Amino acid sequence: MPAVQVQQSIERKLREALQPEHLEVANESHGHAGPGAETHFRVVVVSAAFDGKTRVAQHQLIYQTLEQERAEGVHALGIQTFTPEQFAAEQAGRVASPPCIGADAKDGPA
Amino acid sequence: MTEQLQDQIKAQVSGSPVHVFMKGTPEWPQCGFSKAVCDVFNALGVQFTATNTLENLDAYRPALHAVTQWPTIPQIFVNGEFIGGCDILIEMYNSGELQQLLGLQAAVPAE
Repeated sequence: MPAVQVQQSIERKLREALQPEHLEVANESHGHAGPGAETHFRVVVVSAAFDGKTRVAQHQLIYQTLEQERAEGVHALGIQTFTPEQFAAEQAGRVASPPCIGADAKDGPA
Repeated sequence: MTEQLQDQIKAQVSGSPVHVFMKGTPEWPQCGFSKAVCDVFNALGVQFTATNTLENLDAYRPALHAVTQWPTIPQIFVNGEFIGGCDILIEMYNSGELQQLLGLQAAVPAE
């Protein structure tokens, strides 16, 4: 498949199969092959379809959905899965930058 | 051939507390994902046994898939149980779940 098409096909299939409420598909092929290559991808999928499933089962679901892409030359597929609940907790746990305390504040950054 | 290899795989994973099917060897990993798995166990100081699937990848891939329904390599087994690939191992390491499974004290997450 020509460049960009594999990425689009990965996105479309994951959307159709899992109705994700959040989806990221990153082409990481640049570190591995020439420009325009589509061999290494990483996906982040948040879907209610993962509810009650083990991590192994969640990843298996992704592998099944993208079986054709793998057969056609996707060499590496990094996967991160979340249920909507897990994703909300993950987002809440993200470290936020501290608020600005003003240039003339006494305890400025050390 | 595949069935024989499946039996061999099952024997290997039940004979070792931590066994990894990887590309290359722990001393000389041949794939970034396989290397990352070794790095995790080395960081924890956990000894593990490994099978270099590159010795016969065309045989190992289908045989492993038949056992785990998992298409990619590396594959990690703890106490004979399949726990997943590289991404799951790293998630479990980051959450402390892996340390718990291995009977280690979970590291206090860095602030």
